[in-house]
Amino acid sequence: MITSQPVDTHSFEETLRFGERLGRELQRGDVVALFGDLGAGKTALVKGIARGLGITQEVTSPTFTLVHEYTGGRLPLFHVDLYRLDSPEQALAIGIEEYLNGPGATAIEWSEKIESLLPATAIRIRITASDNNVRRIEVA
Amino acid sequence: MKILGVETSCDETAAAVVSNGTEILSNVVSSQVALHRPYGGVVPELASRNHLRLIDSVVEQALFDARASIDEIDGVAATYGPGLASSLLIGLNVAKGIAFAAGKPFVAINHVEAHLYSPLFANAARGALPMISLIVSGGHTILAHATAIGTHEILGQTVDDAAGEAFDKVAKLLDLGYPGGPEIQNRAENGNPRAIDFPRSMLHDGSYDFSFSGLKTSVLYFLRKNPRSRTGDVCASFQEAVVDVLVGKTVRAAADLRVKTVSASGGVSINRRFREKLGAECAQRGLQLLLAPAALCADNAAMIAGLAYYQLSRSGPSDFSMEIAPSMGLGAGGFSCQHS
Repeated sequence: MITSQPVDTHSFEETLRFGERLGRELQRGDVVALFGDLGAGKTALVKGIARGLGITQEVTSPTFTLVHEYTGGRLPLFHVDLYRLDSPEQALAIGIEEYLNGPGATAIEWSEKIESLLPATAIRIRITASDNNVRRIEVA
Repeated sequence: MKILGVETSCDETAAAVVSNGTEILSNVVSSQVALHRPYGGVVPELASRNHLRLIDSVVEQALFDARASIDEIDGVAATYGPGLASSLLIGLNVAKGIAFAAGKPFVAINHVEAHLYSPLFANAARGALPMISLIVSGGHTILAHATAIGTHEILGQTVDDAAGEAFDKVAKLLDLGYPGGPEIQNRAENGNPRAIDFPRSMLHDGSYDFSFSGLKTSVLYFLRKNPRSRTGDVCASFQEAVVDVLVGKTVRAAADLRVKTVSASGGVSINRRFREKLGAECAQRGLQLLLAPAALCADNAAMIAGLAYYQLSRSGPSDFSMEIAPSMGLGAGGFSCQHS
């Protein structure tokens, strides 16, 4: 399903379904690096990834605790949010490398903060919110 | 019985001594907000490094303020989750070390559970249970029904962002300082709460769950379309939307479950408009309202030591092999996961 063509979604549910399709294909060790501003729909996409992995727990924003861990699906999901960080050094100090080589799949919000640490194999996804609830999702 | 509590789950390094679960003998919080402010946000790396640097002196200060030596302490408690793994490790291991060396019982505490019961510790109103308890902070928005200390069920929680996170992110959209809560509250004083009709997400959906992500996005779109809007109006209208949902769901839960006491705790519960509106609603409905004092609302160790007294009395000490649980929830049954 990974396509280089941008996809436009028109609702929260559509963004969720995009994530769900991605989640179904994720393998152990995969890193999904998310890029996008406040309100772009990053957490919505991760909710979808969790659903695609068969995780039934509610996925909530990890902005404050930085990492939420979900088990009970096909693979563990590590949901990382670097919003509060400023540099790759700070990410290393909280143990980011353990999540980059994790025993499950890892989705990282605000990946722009650790560009230099992202593995070459990371699935890079940029989400842009335009008006009227449209989100453009680009996979690289 | 005096308990020494230690808390390092997020950004605060904290230690406290509490007697019999109610009398706070000391409550030291090495607030790092001032340190973080130049960065425009809390910087966890500094927080984590600071825990290690500050923990010894914070614990010593807590004992000194309480005029207690370690020999006079009857148990040592620490938060074991939820929180950031690298931060939790420091407090938990320090507490285990102190307890082990001094031959005292060690108690592992769920941070969210400590928030839940914190309104009771200072109010000494334990006869007030059962209660509907709203825990609302930067990381949590949870509505629970507590029937006894340590016995509660979750009625609902946020499905996306915590209320405090919404305050911080909206403050960021408005280029206000950090933390966002006080900034928005202060600017809201000069604004019209009815100027903009922001959504009250899930207010009338019949559930006790919360959603604040859509509200954040609504503010974003509003600001894009109305770049010259008055900041005071945006703050007041946004704050009113958050408060309406928090208060509305809390008093509805009390009515639905026929519970006569309502409590609120966590950092967002200090918000003046929230306290005013919840107070008015409770008065009108004849509900007793218990608010955690401000010192127990932000992350602190007094609530850890407070809950540890009850947990130690009822469930006994925790095993020294107890490990951190960064992603633990509030738990359905109370004193959750103690022996897992």
